[in-house]
Amino acid sequence: MGSVKPGVYFWQGSVACAEAAILAGCRFFAGYPITPATEIAEHLSKRLPQVGGVAIQMEDEIASIGAVIGASWAGAKAMTATSGPGFSLMQESIGYAFMTETPCVIVDVQRVGPSTGQATKCAQGDVMQSRWGTHGDYSAIVLSPNSVQEMFDLTIRAFNLAEKYRTPVVLLSDEVVAHMREKVVVPPVEKVEILSRRKPKLGERAFFGPDEVPPMPSVGEGFNVAVTGSTHDEFGIRFTADPLVHRRLVERLNGKIQNHVNEIADVEVYNIENCRVGIVAYGCTSRAVYDVVEEAEAKGVSAGYVRLKTLWPFPEEAIRKLAETASKIIVPEMNLRQIFYEVERTVGGMAKVVPVNKIGGGELITPEEILGKILEEA
Amino acid sequence: MTEAFSVKMYLRDLKLPFCPGCGAYTVMHAFLRAVYELGHRDLSEFVFCSGIGCSSWIPSPYFMADSIHTLHGRSIPVATGVKLMRPDLNVVVFGGDGDIVGIGLSHFIHAARRNLDVLVIMVNNMVYGMTGGQVAPTTPFKSKTTTTPYGSFEYPLDAVKLAVAAGANYAARWTTAHPNELKEAVKKALKLQGFRFIEAVSQCPTAFGRRVGFRNAGEMIRWFKENSITLEEAKKLSEEELAEKIVAGEFVQRHRPTLTETIYTVVKEALRNAEN
Repeated sequence: MGSVKPGVYFWQGSVACAEAAILAGCRFFAGYPITPATEIAEHLSKRLPQVGGVAIQMEDEIASIGAVIGASWAGAKAMTATSGPGFSLMQESIGYAFMTETPCVIVDVQRVGPSTGQATKCAQGDVMQSRWGTHGDYSAIVLSPNSVQEMFDLTIRAFNLAEKYRTPVVLLSDEVVAHMREKVVVPPVEKVEILSRRKPKLGERAFFGPDEVPPMPSVGEGFNVAVTGSTHDEFGIRFTADPLVHRRLVERLNGKIQNHVNEIADVEVYNIENCRVGIVAYGCTSRAVYDVVEEAEAKGVSAGYVRLKTLWPFPEEAIRKLAETASKIIVPEMNLRQIFYEVERTVGGMAKVVPVNKIGGGELITPEEILGKILEEA
Repeated sequence: MTEAFSVKMYLRDLKLPFCPGCGAYTVMHAFLRAVYELGHRDLSEFVFCSGIGCSSWIPSPYFMADSIHTLHGRSIPVATGVKLMRPDLNVVVFGGDGDIVGIGLSHFIHAARRNLDVLVIMVNNMVYGMTGGQVAPTTPFKSKTTTTPYGSFEYPLDAVKLAVAAGANYAARWTTAHPNELKEAVKKALKLQGFRFIEAVSQCPTAFGRRVGFRNAGEMIRWFKENSITLEEAKKLSEEELAEKIVAGEFVQRHRPTLTETIYTVVKEALRNAEN
């Protein structure tokens, strides 16, 4: 049976995510039930054993990400899936995965928070948690799918980025995108780019530097790898007081993401060279922009958009380009302003940034609401 | 030719971090001696997971081996992922009482329930030593610590009994006054499968002993020796009398199917059905 055969499928977002994970080579899943992410755990619990993989329900989200980290060091591509409350519990371990350069994928299907909030309803409130959730100086890679097809494509990309940069990658989905059903095209496996971590050669000992992304051994391969979340040198040996060892390590860890923003940060753009009003949107909210730009143009307002498929590192270049032509930038989000401030910081006064926000009940921001704001500002 | 035992056979050339008189030396020695007597001349068949706390430093990075020094309390979940993806490796967890049955207690119970194939060695010094001597879930009633300056008003947890109740295949308690028994328990546990738990009651003269009236490590070890009783002897004592004692010995040894066995039975069947 193996991974999914090429073809056209009608899938729920969660199923697309789970099947993409298997196609990307994921063979370990650990999770804890939580609405609205449970379907990913359920689908992988059925499918992973069919490809020789393991899915296990742990006692909580902290244990889930811990098991994922262990599986990754045992050589497996590994994933967990959760929602806001569980994502909060995982934050310390996400920092550990960053510090120890452990590739893994964390899916956060966003729901209404804070706290238990409205567990079954859609929101986009975890944008900043996905960037700044753990303590200390770190950089995050966070992807934002807006369709079932992208739940598939970006899950594969999340694994590729995790393996390439040896870092945790978050797929920041939301209740709408994870629960809706759409057409998904699965390409033949040979057409799919699948990356795996670089392995050390026999006799190599430096697995935590000085290379920007060092080779990663697995346990049980004879490398005697010492893994620690404490500040460590390139051989994994703890240095708990030396300022230089810490700077060298943490600057490299951040640099390996920040020096490759152009490669990591992915956007979909439309008419950004000519528009008078621009939109910056992501996730479920960004599904409205296609209609909105058409209707705005029908009403005589030239509109364009930058759709963020990568939230972090923040795709500043595309936003700056948009601000060169657009005098107004509308930022619709299902939260009380999160990416809005990032856009404002990036454009640095080159354009007026206008928020459109809605929270609660899973009510989406409608095309009419965004269009209304465009016409008001134009 | 047989190489004579030396802990150095298994260690990196680094200075050990423990205080003078720390029980971690005894536990480390007993473990490595057991490994040696089982015929391992290196640690290539082992993976060590540990958390945060003094005894988590026993394997990491000092053992010349693969070691994963995890977050506080999270060594058992990480060990779960390692073991499930590499069932062929011997996964051993080292941790303190705060790490294993304080912050990490839930993982401990669930790993025993699942019968996860790991050996957990808990060095119980009855205190949070690395942070300077705060009350732990294992601190004896009325003991003075830095956060119980008037004496602890809580009762300590019996981790071995808990492991037995939760389903461990092996559970034993010894102290640093019983280095030979400790070594033999490690040997036995390493030959068994499933969740195996050894509690090593250990002295922390720096952050605990001196606050509860012991002048040095030797006095603490003598206290362990004089207060340790067998399971047989324990049966004759009342609860109040037992509170003053350390019950040492082997609490359980059984052969429940292990997590690796049960999970891979499911995986193999699903794989076979999917291929047909």
